[in-house]
Amino acid sequence: MIQASVRPVDGDRSRATGPIPYVPGEPGVWVFLFGDMVVFGVFFATFMYQRAQAPELFDASRHTLSIGIGLTNTLVLLTSSLFVVTAVRAIRLSQRGAAQLMLAGALVCALIFVGLKAVEYTTKVAAGHVPTQNNFYLYFFILTGLHLFHVLIGVGVLVLLLTQARRSTLSATRMAVVEGGACFWHLVDLLWIMLFALLYLVS
Amino acid sequence: MTFSLLRARSTLVWLVLVVVTLVSWALGADHGVGSTVAVVVLGLAVVKVRFVGLDFMELRTAPLMLRALFEAYCFTLWMVLAGMYLWL
Repeated sequence: MIQASVRPVDGDRSRATGPIPYVPGEPGVWVFLFGDMVVFGVFFATFMYQRAQAPELFDASRHTLSIGIGLTNTLVLLTSSLFVVTAVRAIRLSQRGAAQLMLAGALVCALIFVGLKAVEYTTKVAAGHVPTQNNFYLYFFILTGLHLFHVLIGVGVLVLLLTQARRSTLSATRMAVVEGGACFWHLVDLLWIMLFALLYLVS
Repeated sequence: MTFSLLRARSTLVWLVLVVVTLVSWALGADHGVGSTVAVVVLGLAVVKVRFVGLDFMELRTAPLMLRALFEAYCFTLWMVLAGMYLWL
């Protein structure tokens, strides 16, 4: 049986005293997560600055993107996040089978994202939309490429979480690793939400 | 057993996120250059980011300092990006 972490599950908190503040994962993980968020925030601002230099070009270029793929990938990552947050709850409740099922679902979502991204890149390059075409496509490939790199790391993290969910016992340290890994995957989702808005809808 | 796990706030949040994504897409797909719709779309994206942080990353019940940092990030992100869109 998996040892319960100190983290309460939904509906398990004292109404009289309110929820006890709790840092998911190791505190050090949050330094990394916030650092990554700030770095991407600077990238987002840089993109907006470049857009302001040639708004018509950016608007015309964004209309050549495959918005259907962008939208589908957004929904796929949101669903993967639901799988991961539910898997963490299942682990806390010692429901190993359910946790593994949820993490497998998240992995499938991650692979769908990567597959759709490969299709999108291939069709764009085949149509002549390469990074050297203009600043919009330069930033499109840099930003989505960096994000894709995060997704690929995230796939490894999800596999790690799957191996932890199979264990019969889970120490507090391992539970912190699970929570930290889950937060990394949510970061991947969070960054894509902004990229979808900036690249496909706003620019 | 698996389905009972999905009977939680996070599932409701996921549903809201899906609906907001579809609304953003409907609003933002065909707006013109300089349209204030873009500011709304950016705002909706930041609201989604906030939900992911508070409910999926579990910052809603995190210590105040950690949650405040995240809230500040969301607010700053929207202000900076919307400001750059409108005034650059």
